[in-house]
Amino acid sequence: MTTITQTDKPKNFLVRFFNIDTSGSKGGSEKLPLWRQLVIQLLCLLITIEVMFPIMYIITLAFSSKSTRPSTLELFPKEISLVAFQQVLTRPTANPVTFLELLKNSFLLSVIVGLVALLVAVTAAYAFSRFKFKLRQMLMILVFIPLLMPAVGLATPLFLLMNSLQVKTCADGAMAIQPFSACDPGVAAKLLFNLRDSLIGVGIAMISTALPFAVWNLKGYLDTIPKELEEAAAIDGADSNQVFFRIVLPLAAPQMAVTFFLGFIGHWQEFVLPWLFLTKPQDYTLAMTLYNMTGQYASSIPWNRFAAMAIIVALPVAIVYVLLQKQIVSGLTAGGVKG
Amino acid sequence: MATITVPVKRKVNLRRAFIPYLYLLPAFVVLGVITFYPLIYQVIISFTDFQTKDLLLGLNSPKLNHIQFKNYIDIITGGLPVQNFDFFRVLTYNFWWAITNVMVHVPAGVLIAVLMNVKGIWFKRLYRAIYVLPVVIPPIVVGTIWRNIFDEQYGAMNQALTATSQLFGNIDPVKIRWLFEYKPPIPWLLPNGPLPLAYYAMMIANFWLGWPFMVLVATGALQSIPKELYEAASIDGASRTFQFWNITVPLIRPAMIPAAMYGFTMSFNLFNFVYFMSGGGPARTTEILVTFAYDLVRNLRLYGAAGAFSVIIFFVVLSIFLITNRITRATESYSES
Repeated sequence: MTTITQTDKPKNFLVRFFNIDTSGSKGGSEKLPLWRQLVIQLLCLLITIEVMFPIMYIITLAFSSKSTRPSTLELFPKEISLVAFQQVLTRPTANPVTFLELLKNSFLLSVIVGLVALLVAVTAAYAFSRFKFKLRQMLMILVFIPLLMPAVGLATPLFLLMNSLQVKTCADGAMAIQPFSACDPGVAAKLLFNLRDSLIGVGIAMISTALPFAVWNLKGYLDTIPKELEEAAAIDGADSNQVFFRIVLPLAAPQMAVTFFLGFIGHWQEFVLPWLFLTKPQDYTLAMTLYNMTGQYASSIPWNRFAAMAIIVALPVAIVYVLLQKQIVSGLTAGGVKG
Repeated sequence: MATITVPVKRKVNLRRAFIPYLYLLPAFVVLGVITFYPLIYQVIISFTDFQTKDLLLGLNSPKLNHIQFKNYIDIITGGLPVQNFDFFRVLTYNFWWAITNVMVHVPAGVLIAVLMNVKGIWFKRLYRAIYVLPVVIPPIVVGTIWRNIFDEQYGAMNQALTATSQLFGNIDPVKIRWLFEYKPPIPWLLPNGPLPLAYYAMMIANFWLGWPFMVLVATGALQSIPKELYEAASIDGASRTFQFWNITVPLIRPAMIPAAMYGFTMSFNLFNFVYFMSGGGPARTTEILVTFAYDLVRNLRLYGAAGAFSVIIFFVVLSIFLITNRITRATESYSES
């Protein structure tokens, strides 16, 4: 008994708060022998080298003022030059598109898609989580099916369907909205707007997979909220709408934020649909620009600029991840079916 | 009294029965237009020879031929007008790719998590912070970075190998064509298709990307194992290896199997990484199902065949889901409610 009370000494709140491991090398019950410590340190160092190798490589490239790659391996920046970042920010591609436009496209696309999916999903998640009704099972499976489809799998029909919605001005002055109306036969038509070749179209297409994900993610969370509060409110005479808006929505707000940011991470990297749909350089997203900097066009792109671009694209996702690490790990493993 | 209350109650009940559908309405209107309708449309076009010529008029196009199962048969027998395509080779490679990845990531993740769980390591929090970095970086960026690392001319991998070989007196710079060499290093490894050097390069890159996630999951599982078990075992004289196989492994299995299944599904459909790193090359040998489907619609513009291919992918992924779900029972709570 005495030994137990000794080892379970109450830690002060600072130690507990920061979760500091006090039973470590200093004064722990089983002190790690030095040789063991050294072996483990060596292993940890090797793993650190493995992890840091590509990261240091890309950082070194990004902070170099030379546009060619060094002929020998360099893993530490010899100089801190911001030339590459400057160049990427002023003129990211060969096209006359500013960095701000690309950033705006990426940002608006990921934020608006995330918000719309969330708003539409939350009532459905509530219904699935709290109501018992006849078609529940069937409708839930229906929402689940799109999650099984990889994003590429829906790309073809979305491409074709969106491509069939076009606004044209006819040479005789009339307007035609395909597929509802067309220019008179024989009259030349000028394409004004093609839903497929626009950010709106890409956004709509992205919602088709973002929405089922949001429904399932929120439903999983709502299932864990105890029903007592709602029942108490119902006894006090609140109808189901009041229960939803006054009680469930505030309780679900943190998870809605997590769902939004999980979606944001995915949408920020979204490549499949924009790369298929968009043709106008001013509509390009950052992910598409990054892809353009590799591959067959790579030889014309200076390496330091590519590296700077890679860091810029990675940064928002990295920040969101670091802030939400815990929720993301549990959220991914809970709702993880989507590839 | 009774004659009055009955209809009122029924009315209330009807309203109550109607409410859940009201809540579902927005989501299902949106899903109906942009998800379910396209899915049905996809099945329809998979039975046609939809191509660029039909883009304007869609299904009303007079040139559109309904060819029944020809797309499906062409895909399976390799009759598509596509070079270097063999459905079963791509399918085998895809499974092999996903399985070998998980087989490497999970043990590595568990071992590193166990290593990091040893009490009293110096700089533990620093190591933890560093090891999570690969999870944090988007796969598209990881793919592009590793593509450059495996560059033949100036890639960091060849440079590192050159530096190492110079220690052993070799003067010639190493010039391995990592991503473009077609000749497989181990020809007998996969019966119906070669595994080019690019596969190994991608395994290395995806290893970098994959194990830290497994460490996160395994660490969580390890920390929930009661320490008394180890204390009791060491009092009984069990060796550390014995403890690892008989306490650690069985107790973290419930957490690791869903993670492994998740990793399998992720690797199976790892579009962004594969597309950004090798693009499926050389000669489609590292192509997985999703990248091939994308090639069909984006570059080859065989919309009908792409539709059929997507339907096939759906059934492949569905069977994977049913099997992995069977294994993990992850959705048990869904089916019972």
